[in-house]
Amino acid sequence: MSGLKRREFMKRGAALAAAGSLPLGVVELAFADDQTPDFSFAFISDSHITHIKGREFVRNFDRGLMRAVAEANLLHPRPDFVIYGGDIAQLGTAAEIDHGLDILGGLRGDVHYVMGEHDYYLDLGEHWERRLGPQYHSFDHKGVHFVVLNSILTHEAWTHGAWDSPMARMNEMARLDNPDGSPFMVGAAQRAWLKQDLERVYCDTPIVVLSHSPLQKIYRGWNFWTEDAEAVQALLAPFRKVTVLYGHVHQIQYNQIGNISFHAAMATAWPWPYPGSYSQQTSHLPKLTVPMNRADPFFERDATGWQFVNLHSGDIDVHYQLPGNTPRVVAFDAARGHPVDRHHQAPEDRLPTQDHY
Amino acid sequence: MKPSSTPSPAARATPRPGRLVRVAAGVLLSALAATGGADEYTATDLERWQQAYGQVVKKGDELFHGGLASENTLQCAQCHPNAANTHPETYPKFQQQLGRVATLFEMINWCIENPLESAPLAADDPRMVALQAYITFERRGMPLAPGKH
Ligand code: HEC
Ligand SMILES: [Fe+2]
Ligand SMILES: [Fe+2]
Repeated sequence: MSGLKRREFMKRGAALAAAGSLPLGVVELAFADDQTPDFSFAFISDSHITHIKGREFVRNFDRGLMRAVAEANLLHPRPDFVIYGGDIAQLGTAAEIDHGLDILGGLRGDVHYVMGEHDYYLDLGEHWERRLGPQYHSFDHKGVHFVVLNSILTHEAWTHGAWDSPMARMNEMARLDNPDGSPFMVGAAQRAWLKQDLERVYCDTPIVVLSHSPLQKIYRGWNFWTEDAEAVQALLAPFRKVTVLYGHVHQIQYNQIGNISFHAAMATAWPWPYPGSYSQQTSHLPKLTVPMNRADPFFERDATGWQFVNLHSGDIDVHYQLPGNTPRVVAFDAARGHPVDRHHQAPEDRLPTQDHY
Repeated sequence: MKPSSTPSPAARATPRPGRLVRVAAGVLLSALAATGGADEYTATDLERWQQAYGQVVKKGDELFHGGLASENTLQCAQCHPNAANTHPETYPKFQQQLGRVATLFEMINWCIENPLESAPLAADDPRMVALQAYITFERRGMPLAPGKH
């Protein structure tokens, strides 16, 4: 079969599977794939390095990132690389990005960086790009296709509005609960690139998409949201197995939409409440998600964390490392067809601290 | 989102001095005469009180979103968007780490002293009042849940 024909074939096969018209056993057989060896990588996100003045930075956030770096370096077996999920900085200054990268420079091995809105809206990613390269790209690793997106773009009119200064724009975007905010999006140009990028990928190749915003719609008021999420999901629909890993939300979230599994990263800086705990608005936390343990302000690393990720034939399990709390494992459950928490998924297995209100 | 309907703060919430005198005189008179003053406030009074309240909520909103001086630049909303996870309806409640039942203002001061690395506010500091007004307004409609964790 030529590459193209095979791809077409797999596309149709995947579409059938998504429609649920094949019995699970057949789907597994049809897509059985021993080509991709298991491997692991570390996933660190949202350190929000904050410049106070001169050489002073917020100590708490420096410490969070340092700890994640130190622990990632101790992982055994060695992870193949590290993913950084975005928001190195708080207000996107060169001082903050450079200080963050100094700390991240202590990591052993390659790091793949994702753009966060806190890195972007001061100079529209200029300094970040100078230090780290293109804002979106793809790479292949041991049979898995990785796509890095800049998913925190927004309407041009907002970005290029009549701002008093670039810092005014940055401050506006940095405010999570901003009533004058603007929704995140991948945007038409990058979607066109993605479409083209995926054209050369077989449908049975596992895909991992790295983005900062969720690529699903959870709560618009806090930008736990990507405006063109459905359009991006549609581009990913033909593939057998897709996983989206994202930052931004500073909390455990996971979901399954069709063929796509979603996992969020904890922040190394501070946790965010679940949108459902804002009683004046409705939000849509994925029903699958068992919330992180509640933050206890008396311990400054509580409800922060970082994670390492295993890939087995494209299926992902995320190991959350949570200082002061028992680690959690959220893994794809092939029988159920979605990620589950290995210990706390059933309502009777929840801890009191996972009840947020 | 900000408070979806901040109690519409009027252009002027500070009562004019003349008005204050009249109000004070009214209080004095009714105290002297010991007559029932129960129905002696009007729709205009209600509106004025609501405006004064709305102004304080608005002030609290500003303080919560960076208006409060902060030694390390951190602001409340950074960790509590829309004042989420502040749970005013549960106070006073036992705080394990303080080892006693604490009030909302003590918990606010805790966050000012620790995450913000700044000096605590007096209980009756107008900024403390405003912060509590904003936090509580964002939880309007929630049933009281004293002591709840
Ligand atoms: C760096 C993050 C951070 C900042 C900044 C912060 N807080 Fe907190 N605060 C927390 C955490 C974490 C908790 C614990 C949440 C919980 O108990 O669920 C908390 C708890 C509280 C509580 C008690 C909540 C409860 O459930 O009993 C109040 C009230 C509060 N904060 C107010 C404030 C105010 C006002 C400010 C600004 C002066 C502020 N916080 C700044 C992290 C922060
Ligand atoms: Fe973030
Ligand atoms: Fe973010």
